[in-house]
Amino acid sequence: MKFGIVRFPGSCDEVDAQLAAARAGEAVILWHGDRDLQDVDVVVVPGGFSYGDYLRVGAIARFAPVMEAVAEFAQAGGLVLGICNGFQVLCEAGLLPGALLPNTSLRFIFRQVELDVVEGDTPFTRECVRGHRLSIPVKHTTGRFYAPEPELRRLEAAGQVLLRYAPGHNPNGSLRDIAGVCNAEGNVFGLMPHPEHAVDPLTGSTDGMAIFASLRAHVADRVAA
Amino acid sequence: MSTTPPSRHRVLGLTDAEYELILEELGREPGDTELAMLSLMWSEHCAYKHSKKLLRRLPTEGPHVLMGPGENAGVVDVGHGLGIAFKVESHNHPSAVEPFQGAATGVGGILRDVFAVGARPIAILDSLRFGEPSSERSRYLLDRAVAGIGHYGNSIGVPTVGGEIYFEASYEQNCLVNAMCLGLAPHERLIRSAAAGPGNVLVLLGALTGRDGIGGASVLASAELGEGDAAKRPSVQIGDPFAEKKLLECCLELLDAELLVSLQDLGAAGLTSSASEMASKGEVGLDVDVAKVPLREAGMAPFEIMVSESQERMLCVVAPARVDEVLAVCRHWETLATPIGVVTDSGRMRVLDGDTVAADLPVGILVDDCPLYDLAPAAPQAPLYPAPAAVLAAEATPAEALVALLHSPNLASRRPVFEQYDPVVQSRTVRRPEQSDAAVLALPDGSAIAISIDGNGRRVACDPRRGAAEAVYECAANLACAGAEPLGLTNCLNFGNPEKPHVAWQLTESVEGIAEACEALGVPVVGGNVSLYNEAPAGPIFPTPVIGMVGRLPDATRAGQLGFAASGDAIGLVGTLAAGSAAGSELAKLRGETVAGPLPEIDVVTIRAAHDTVRRMVSTGLVHSAHDVAEGGLAVALAECCLAGRLGARVWLPAEIEPFAEVPGRAFVVSGPEEDLVGPGVTIIGRVGGERLDIEDLLDLALSELHEARERGLLGFL
Repeated sequence: MKFGIVRFPGSCDEVDAQLAAARAGEAVILWHGDRDLQDVDVVVVPGGFSYGDYLRVGAIARFAPVMEAVAEFAQAGGLVLGICNGFQVLCEAGLLPGALLPNTSLRFIFRQVELDVVEGDTPFTRECVRGHRLSIPVKHTTGRFYAPEPELRRLEAAGQVLLRYAPGHNPNGSLRDIAGVCNAEGNVFGLMPHPEHAVDPLTGSTDGMAIFASLRAHVADRVAA
Repeated sequence: MSTTPPSRHRVLGLTDAEYELILEELGREPGDTELAMLSLMWSEHCAYKHSKKLLRRLPTEGPHVLMGPGENAGVVDVGHGLGIAFKVESHNHPSAVEPFQGAATGVGGILRDVFAVGARPIAILDSLRFGEPSSERSRYLLDRAVAGIGHYGNSIGVPTVGGEIYFEASYEQNCLVNAMCLGLAPHERLIRSAAAGPGNVLVLLGALTGRDGIGGASVLASAELGEGDAAKRPSVQIGDPFAEKKLLECCLELLDAELLVSLQDLGAAGLTSSASEMASKGEVGLDVDVAKVPLREAGMAPFEIMVSESQERMLCVVAPARVDEVLAVCRHWETLATPIGVVTDSGRMRVLDGDTVAADLPVGILVDDCPLYDLAPAAPQAPLYPAPAAVLAAEATPAEALVALLHSPNLASRRPVFEQYDPVVQSRTVRRPEQSDAAVLALPDGSAIAISIDGNGRRVACDPRRGAAEAVYECAANLACAGAEPLGLTNCLNFGNPEKPHVAWQLTESVEGIAEACEALGVPVVGGNVSLYNEAPAGPIFPTPVIGMVGRLPDATRAGQLGFAASGDAIGLVGTLAAGSAAGSELAKLRGETVAGPLPEIDVVTIRAAHDTVRRMVSTGLVHSAHDVAEGGLAVALAECCLAGRLGARVWLPAEIEPFAEVPGRAFVVSGPEEDLVGPGVTIIGRVGGERLDIEDLLDLALSELHEARERGLLGFL
């Protein structure tokens, strides 16, 4: 299986995402100026500071040529994973509900946090061990998840909230402690924590690997079917 | 040629004697542009007039050195065809005027120095010093400087993996912001800055040139701060990490494609210093046409274009046949690239403005012929620094002293600061802040590098020679705790006005102390920086040499950690604390004692043996933890081991040890199976376990109380 990791001007964690994805399959870089998605099975929109966070985080990246292709890919049911800045880009592109606002502290925060897996039967979480919290780092200034109250109720009811910060671990004031959400169709997922920074025992926890492993398992099933 | 009014050179910072030398060498009056260029190149910041001779004392050679002092950054070999480039630089004066941008552009500048030699920046560390946090101004500087460092480092995707912060009244008017950067390069990609090949094209890369910092860093760094500093605000450069990220990727791709003859970054004194230094190193001439420089503001005069300190720019030399390929790579990375000049064999630096010649100077007068001054050191006859106010009562118990020390701004947890930095981007970080005494980054072959940055102004003020040596030993001790062998060091010398004999004495003694320690450990100096005139009407700052050291450990999985790891482990003391004294210690500060020496004698043989023992114990996995004894002495070190490991300890100290005495770089607390804590210089002093720190006949405190004191120390100030 093949992951494609988008690289915008200003992306920082695209190489890290590529290294992590390479543990689960083939992983290539998709240049922002190209519409060719190189037949990947999963598109990863990575963390960083695309376009310097000018105007609004993710606001400019969503107009990159590659994002036109990613939007079509998503409409057709392709799997898309947005991490941190990637989550912001997908919200700006209308591929995910809600918005990311400045942290309540108004400061950048790096912290290893614990996450509860809310929905375990999805392409992104199926390999997560039931009841086991994921220890994954966050690093962002603009990570407070927001949606109007009726929308939040709808998302919860529809099972679109996939990850929540464990009690006491919400670093940014996200409403309902929401750390990651997917779209109604369940093929696009965005999260603020960085699973690509939790795949190597040498540098920290390996709980993030479950997300890449989930995608590999899902693609394998799809191919087999 | 204009007639220059007699006092004009003084306004630009040149002395009458210096101006006479210029007239003599040129044989005529310099024009406006020429005078502006000369005044910057002959400033203390660019020419190192008062320190260059002294710096020759430092040892610069070693078996692992690939590039020594004189290039944009020093480089050491780390095996498997890879080199680590690193350097530390100050941005003190700009940070005092505008701390967010001063600190941010300090980081931006040191990053450029590292990728200018062809290395990809992989880590940042910073050494910060402010006045006491009771001062609103110092809290403001701390808050903004940390935000600026985080902003630049996080945005550009280079992890900030370590650093140090100190608060002393001495720095109230003159804060210190020293930024260190490390980069990784395959040997083949390393490049020098000497321009070469008459006929080759000089290409300017990166951001537009505006009026940022006109006369900024150089002028600011060469003069003491006083009244009217708010008016200097326009002199501070503004940084754009997004622009630098594109510039960085562009430069590395140009180097991978072998498209460049040489590369130099633009820093203080902008085009003037970069172009002059490239020409000087290559023993060639350069013609620069300012009319070709892409400008951000209309109507800039030639001298403004030549001295602008606009950030995120680099200068490179390219063979004419390859210019188109260079421009294509730059377009891909959305980085502006403009041919602005040509290498000549004239030995002259010529600034053209279209058809007009705005400056025509021999390269030598800009770079090599600036006079170097001898210092006139004289030991001060009276204490230079007022004693701090006492915050700890004379009759305080050892338990109260320990809690006060852990809570004090110099020792409290730096979590509120390092949580504002990203320590993991690039996926190499094996040890994050507070996990070990040195940051550790994995290399592709399974080995790792360890980095530490250390200085201590107060101890150097007590005894400059020993205090400065201690900074080197402490750095090496931190590396040993991670299991690493030192490869090289970089240093930033932050001092007051060197024209004053007592400061000259501090500087001379400190350099001697650093040299002695480097020779004792066999660690070469591969580069560094000097920041002088850190002085206010009240007096100079503590003499503050800051040492950044890089080492290597053969196995990344064996990187040391500082916290106790297992209940039942024995606790060992390695090295000796017998010479420890209260002079210059944190406890002495809390007690309001005078800042006066001397510091304990240094026994090089014992120090080397202790470092070797700890390094071996860590890298072979004999111990579960290792932590050096530094500020606050053994009692604080033990508390830090307990808190990091969330495990208590029962300790019995040998009679002659003063629990709060300091001997930086000399003694270590290790823990592990008792049968493995054996050897010369190793004494068992306790056992890990429980939820209290119980030092027999001294103190018995719950970890929760120690934790509260340490965690809360800085919280109220940020």
